[in-house]
Amino acid sequence: MSSLRLWLTDPNPASRRQARLGQGYLAWLRIRRNKLAMTGLVIVGLLLLMAAFAPLLAPHDPLAQDLSRRLLPPGTPGNLLGTDDFGRDILSRIIFGSRITLYIIALVAVTAPLLGLLIGTISGYFGGWIDALLMRITDIFLAFPRLILALALVAVMGPGVENAVLAIALTAWPPYARIARAETLTVRNSDYIAAVRLQGAGAPRIIWGHIVPMCLPSVIIRVTLDMAGVILIAAGLGFLGLGVQPPLPEWGQMISSGRKFLFEQWWVATMPGLAILIVSLGFNLLGDGLRDVLDPRSTGK
Amino acid sequence: MSLLEVKNLRVTFATETGPVEAVRGVSFSLGRERLGIVGESGSGKTMTGRSVLRLIRPPGRIEADAMSFDGVDLMAASEREMRALRGNRIGMVMQDPKYSLNPVMNVGEQLTEGLRRRDRIGRTEARAKAIAALEAVQIRDPERVMAAYPHELSGGMGQRVMIAMMLIPEPDLLIADEPTSALDVTVQAEVLAILDGLVRDRGMGLIFISHDLRLVGRFCDRILVMYKGKVVEELEAKNLAQAQHPYTQGLLNCLPRIGGARGPLPGLDRSGDWAKEGA
Amino acid sequence: MVDIAPVPRRPSRLRPLFWGVGSGLLTLALTLLGLLFVTFIIARIVPIDPLLSILGERATTAQYEAARLAYGLDEPMWKQFAIYLWDAVQGDLGTSIRTREPVLSEVAERFPATLELATLGTLFGVITGVPAGVLAATRPGSISDQVVRVVGLLGYSMPVFWLGLIGLLVFYGKLDWVGGPGRLDASYQMMMQFQMEQYTGMILVDSALNGAWDMFANAISHIVLPAALLGYVSMAYISRMTRSFMMNELSQEYITTARVKGMPEWRVVWVHAMRNVLVPLITVIALSYAYLLEGSVLTETIFAWPGLGSYITDALFAADMPAVLGGTVVVGVAFVTLNMLSDILYRLVDPRAQA
Repeated sequence: MSSLRLWLTDPNPASRRQARLGQGYLAWLRIRRNKLAMTGLVIVGLLLLMAAFAPLLAPHDPLAQDLSRRLLPPGTPGNLLGTDDFGRDILSRIIFGSRITLYIIALVAVTAPLLGLLIGTISGYFGGWIDALLMRITDIFLAFPRLILALALVAVMGPGVENAVLAIALTAWPPYARIARAETLTVRNSDYIAAVRLQGAGAPRIIWGHIVPMCLPSVIIRVTLDMAGVILIAAGLGFLGLGVQPPLPEWGQMISSGRKFLFEQWWVATMPGLAILIVSLGFNLLGDGLRDVLDPRSTGK
Repeated sequence: MSLLEVKNLRVTFATETGPVEAVRGVSFSLGRERLGIVGESGSGKTMTGRSVLRLIRPPGRIEADAMSFDGVDLMAASEREMRALRGNRIGMVMQDPKYSLNPVMNVGEQLTEGLRRRDRIGRTEARAKAIAALEAVQIRDPERVMAAYPHELSGGMGQRVMIAMMLIPEPDLLIADEPTSALDVTVQAEVLAILDGLVRDRGMGLIFISHDLRLVGRFCDRILVMYKGKVVEELEAKNLAQAQHPYTQGLLNCLPRIGGARGPLPGLDRSGDWAKEGA
Repeated sequence: MVDIAPVPRRPSRLRPLFWGVGSGLLTLALTLLGLLFVTFIIARIVPIDPLLSILGERATTAQYEAARLAYGLDEPMWKQFAIYLWDAVQGDLGTSIRTREPVLSEVAERFPATLELATLGTLFGVITGVPAGVLAATRPGSISDQVVRVVGLLGYSMPVFWLGLIGLLVFYGKLDWVGGPGRLDASYQMMMQFQMEQYTGMILVDSALNGAWDMFANAISHIVLPAALLGYVSMAYISRMTRSFMMNELSQEYITTARVKGMPEWRVVWVHAMRNVLVPLITVIALSYAYLLEGSVLTETIFAWPGLGSYITDALFAADMPAVLGGTVVVGVAFVTLNMLSDILYRLVDPRAQA
């Protein structure tokens, strides 16, 4: 263990891999000192575990209805967080709901940055009128109110998880395109790109093999910071009935169904909301800490 | 009686990796004379200058056995008392006017601010004084400069404005922290000449902080040479050529001389005991 | 006297401003064109046949054909877009399928309610967020800094619609401190419609102008909760940004200059640093204002607020595409206009901004 640490903190790394891992280790040390970031990491970790072991953790089937046990308050034996209007166990629904939330996050986290990277690198690499055109399109999408655009898209494509993901991804890519373009512009004229070009590599290969990897770190930080926003938009769509369809236990849609009993059975709407709040707070804390650690400009003191 | 008395001044910064000492036990006294503080970057000369005004912000901390200005104990003075000293009795000109002037306030506003806020002087009178101050630093078109914003001024112009701003309240002591280092060589001489004349006419004390030993030698009466937060040598400017300390000699020797040998200039030799940590 | 280069005569501050407006208008026009194009595409790929929803299921083929011609649906796509564009420029956003009213007049009726809410929310966000950010920036690492940070992050992470429900539950349901959903109690609602001179459509303004102070108080009791809610979200954003801008300015050398001049700390922070912070902060405030216009979609649903957001969602569920897209276009226009306004203000505040 200690020899590993020595290897990691070696001021004269012998290979690029050692240098990279060493940097990562130092970043990890810095993150570990940041209590808020660690809290975020723990929350996100718990979410992953919860989703992975949902069938083991959940005391009940999330879809099993029991009309004799409907709208029981929290603390009822067997139903820790109470039951909803169909007598389904809220805790179990929240636990299984984490899978849906993660599914949406994962899909958006893959598609939106990919689209943004593609547009941003092409725009930055080719420049000229292609750049002007693509950036104008990006600006238009940036000027569009995100939630409303997502609403309109879902309305067109019909409700459902995949469509919700697609709608969110279609509204989430412009910032990534901006970042990727900025990074591309800084490396486009560097000597090593020129060298690759002299070897006869074509544009797609240069972009994919040499420029995209340079853009990845800044894009990844941005993804972590954006995840909370994605969770909130997805929950919003679910709340409006445009996302995941019942009876699947999606948190936003659960809030919406609890709305009818808000004043009498407050817990039905409250509990899933708390879940959303905690998870998106977790991503925000983590992203915030990551940025503090990885972005030298924001290093406070 | 001396104007400024500093005994065993220390400036410490708390950092993630433990405390870092920027100034480690500096003592000097100053009358109405010109004191030069020379050293390379990181030698603690700027921190020494700012400590006198108590302008070290946390995480930095100032300690001293004694530090007094004209009978006022600077270590014991309240923040209010310090404010009464700053600007009014002690002024400071900083390195680069591009950064030391507020970019969104016009020159007139920055010049008259002290008069109007601190001394409660009326608008017209303050304006007249500011224009007089600009004329004193040989600005030809003070009216127009008053209305200008800092980004519209050249470096030399900006530094003149800065000097004017600090001299308006006629302070007893002026701290000039590398006042010409950021300027074009051709402008440096002019600005120095202006500074020189004003300090001489008004009989102020001056602390001139610079990395340029020769410049300080020409400009000041007495010189402190600092290295790694300590004073390694104190001497009269006229005796500069007879400097004893190897560091001072090193600084002198690494500059080319007209008519001197054309061989490579010697680098600074830091092998002596004086260069060791904690020496 | 030493020869000194003359200060260049400063061009009028208004000239770059006009340039700014000019290029801003161009951006506005281009963005709107894109906006209309996107909405047009969306409208055309929608699987709902607009004619069927207009004519009803029982229309004959002849009726259907006639309508197809009447609505210009037989024209090629580009021509349809040109017509759509031309109509939109003239303020014709189509006709709502549900109500058979022009979308524009319906939207115009709803817009003041949203504007009122978003404005109050932004006001709340600025009044609380700016001091909180300054407080945190002047004492980095302190308890107050930590509190501002956590409160801000909570705001970032909050599902607004859920917080709205909780707010209703606590402050209306349990404590009865505020008015419930809607802009007014039902009795005042009638009064507003039939006895009041309507100047702006914003109830707070109109009731004040009419001197109806009891109605004003009632409207306040209704708007305070949703506005505070939106205000919290915008406060989270504004306080974080203010903190980071302020930290950056306070480390600048001109701050030392101000201190050397003997300026008291409040003046150093609130005058010297703040005037510089204001430059980027204007953009942030405009962005958060625009964001609130949008965020109202969910808030308005919760609070039964008859604004633009609830108009769009209601239309969505009735498959009333012209209304959805019309509403979207109007929000988009508001978005872009705010951006342009912030750009102009920016130029006014920052003397360095040249055209």
